[in-house]
Amino acid sequence: MGVARYWREIPQRYNLMGTKCKSCGKVYFPPKAICPSCRRKSVGKMEDYKLKGTGTIETYTIIYAPPPYFEGEEPYAIALIKMDEGCNMMGQIVDCELGEIHIGMKVESCFRRIEEDGSSGAIQYGYKFRKAE
Amino acid sequence: MREVAVIGSGVTKFGELWDKSLAGLVAEAGISAIMDAGIDGTDIDAMYIGGMSAGRFVGQEHLGSLAAEVSGLSELHISSTRVEAACASGGLALHSGYLAVASGAYDMVVVGGAEKMTDVVGKEATNILASAADREWEAFLGVTFPGLYALMARYHMHKYGTTSEQLAKVAVKNHYNGSFNPKAQYNRKITVEDVLNSTMVADPLHLLDCSPITDGAAAVVITSLDKAKEYAEEPIKILASAQASDSISLAGRSRLDALPATTAAASKAYRQAGLEPSGIDFAEVHDCFTIAEIMAIEDLGFVNKGEGGKAMDEGLTELDGKLPINTSGGLKSKGHPVGATGIAQIHELILQLKGKADKRQIEKAEVGMAHNIGGSGGTAVIHIMEAI
Amino acid sequence: MEKAGIVGYGGYVPKYRIKADEIARVWGKNGKSVSAGLGVYEKSVPGIDEDTATISVEAARRAVYSSGIDPKEIGAVYVGSESHPYAVKPTATIVGEAIGATPDMTAADYEFACKAGTAAIQTCMGLVISDMVKYGLAIGTDVSQAAPGDALEYAASAGGAAYIIGKDNMIAVINETVSYTTDTPDFWRREGEPYPGHGERFTGEPAYFRHVISSTKKLMNKMGTESPDYTYAVFHQPNGKFPMRAAKRLGFSKEQMEEGLLSPIIGNTYSGSTPLGLSAILDVAQPGDRILVTSYGSGAGSDSFDITVTDKIENYPRNNIRKMIEDKVYLDYAFYMKHRGEFK
Repeated sequence: MGVARYWREIPQRYNLMGTKCKSCGKVYFPPKAICPSCRRKSVGKMEDYKLKGTGTIETYTIIYAPPPYFEGEEPYAIALIKMDEGCNMMGQIVDCELGEIHIGMKVESCFRRIEEDGSSGAIQYGYKFRKAE
Repeated sequence: MREVAVIGSGVTKFGELWDKSLAGLVAEAGISAIMDAGIDGTDIDAMYIGGMSAGRFVGQEHLGSLAAEVSGLSELHISSTRVEAACASGGLALHSGYLAVASGAYDMVVVGGAEKMTDVVGKEATNILASAADREWEAFLGVTFPGLYALMARYHMHKYGTTSEQLAKVAVKNHYNGSFNPKAQYNRKITVEDVLNSTMVADPLHLLDCSPITDGAAAVVITSLDKAKEYAEEPIKILASAQASDSISLAGRSRLDALPATTAAASKAYRQAGLEPSGIDFAEVHDCFTIAEIMAIEDLGFVNKGEGGKAMDEGLTELDGKLPINTSGGLKSKGHPVGATGIAQIHELILQLKGKADKRQIEKAEVGMAHNIGGSGGTAVIHIMEAI
Repeated sequence: MEKAGIVGYGGYVPKYRIKADEIARVWGKNGKSVSAGLGVYEKSVPGIDEDTATISVEAARRAVYSSGIDPKEIGAVYVGSESHPYAVKPTATIVGEAIGATPDMTAADYEFACKAGTAAIQTCMGLVISDMVKYGLAIGTDVSQAAPGDALEYAASAGGAAYIIGKDNMIAVINETVSYTTDTPDFWRREGEPYPGHGERFTGEPAYFRHVISSTKKLMNKMGTESPDYTYAVFHQPNGKFPMRAAKRLGFSKEQMEEGLLSPIIGNTYSGSTPLGLSAILDVAQPGDRILVTSYGSGAGSDSFDITVTDKIENYPRNNIRKMIEDKVYLDYAFYMKHRGEFK
């Protein structure tokens, strides 16, 4: 991934910075320029909002055939998580026996290495999720 | 808006076609459709070509112009447009062509779809396919395209008790149907055990739950219904052509056990055709993964939500069942050259509607539906057709 | 001169472990005698997606959260490690961004083998006492590597701890710090080389012991103290034996050393070693407790600190590193290699 492309999303990748619609109060991640519920009414009313990072697993899968950047890490788990704020996020589940992962499991975000552009390129950090304490 | 009909169609063989190039496939399908329609190049007003990612598979963009050149039509300077909606590129190309004819803007339109996926290695093809998903918030994090459908499969299994065996039955049925299709990538029959024993790709989807990487192209010729009667003995009327969009990311969907885009497009299509789901005799649905077919027959209104698995146990959608689904072998056995799939589905509907499906001909084939999906459900395109 | 001290702290050890027995099994050694000889029974292994930056962020976030300070008031971030993810591009800015301290701060990465973290603490003390910053964040973290089959493999492990240094609301005051530094080539790693080289037995007396003992004696002379004056003592822990031998020679008892000795159960976290050992002590310390800390970094040098715990620690939410360490998963050698990224 190009460095500028990764860099502009650091507030999201490191700190789960989303948006909240000042019109209806709904929280979105990644940030949205316009609220899907309020649409026109929300233009100019979307403010930065940092998600807590806690949520519940809605569904999950275990990836056995990884894409290029993730070779050597398989098998690993990916889940769709309903965050406490109401929006969904996708992310890897780490530090957990694959067999332990279940729908309804409570998770919290953590800071991990996501990808790297080979051994001489930049490293991309971001969020993954682990079992909540 | 005037009525539109198909007067000719053609597909190439689907498979790992090492000796065929993208341009070659486009020409083969296009010429075959034009010959089938019995029209001359000078009759054509416009072309629409669906292709998902020729740029990354073979480094080629600008497919509208490429298609014009390889079809021998460049000197005629017809309107030629590339359409992209990931795996729904073909269906969307037809919808675009349909609107052009229905509106009266163009009279005779060739619509095709093509994808050349085997010039890159498997892993690279998989990576390219992931651009149908949300690159920043899904693919970047390590989820693969099978992974997205696996997430939906696990949710469906959790909510409705759908089983891996029921998923496998989709693959078994489609391979059985495909064994009668000489153009299909795979002609071999498989069993439920074969599916369950195949390598796990993204839990709970096994290798045989997933459609393959394929090269291929398909094309149809459409014109107004009135004009069609001049050209074809049996024009095939397009009763409905509908498209719906939804969030590209799975996280942005309103539900995980269905593709709301399918239901929305279906609703538009049924209304346009003046039909209920019970009015459909057979359908080609988008079985990129076995779970997709199970969700599709629910979302299209053929069975209740959650009962797609049960329908497999009851054989509802078998070749000799009450509602045959994917008589061509589906994406699973016929193959899934991404941009071509939507048009290849139409070709199968035409064969069945005309009684020309040979060993896989179904008894009652008066009204057929084609259901084509882009990505994990970001786009849905539905066509309903009948023989007149 | 005003004093600076610890306003917040946090530590992190990855979840995975490999037993010395298991490493010995692969190399045909007697696990029991290796672990008994080293005093290290198992070591921490990072997740395949963990590195010095991610561990530093975890430790720093814990320190910021438990101290309750506004991260925007952190004016300096220093991360000490010998396994920074980049040779050029600081870990400190990644940490600064991840805790919300940017952009009004200074930052740099430190390297001084295993004492880079305590060097960072000293720097932050200077910045705080001189009023150049309100809070300084000093972190020592490593995901240390050793050549497979090398003696160092039994102990080279992963972990880190972060310290917020300031002048107000200190949970522990740093009364004094001294250092003892020489050019001693006991252990090193050349640019571009994946694994360090070392002088084997030379790493003992002329290196570790000379510097740890000299620095500690220098500190106690300056403070006018003797070993029994301290409630706790913690030294750099390359294994379980060296710190106890140094303790004996300096007159510290097993009871004084126990709480801060983590290497038998997590191995040598290099730049994280002394900082994590101190964090284990802060997890249980009471107001008035006095702590002596001496780090050691090959190359070589030791930093010593004389610390007194304040009553503010009573309401401080302790990190509880031993509880985190107990939540562990064992790996066999193949998975250990996979976690180290050997198969990527």
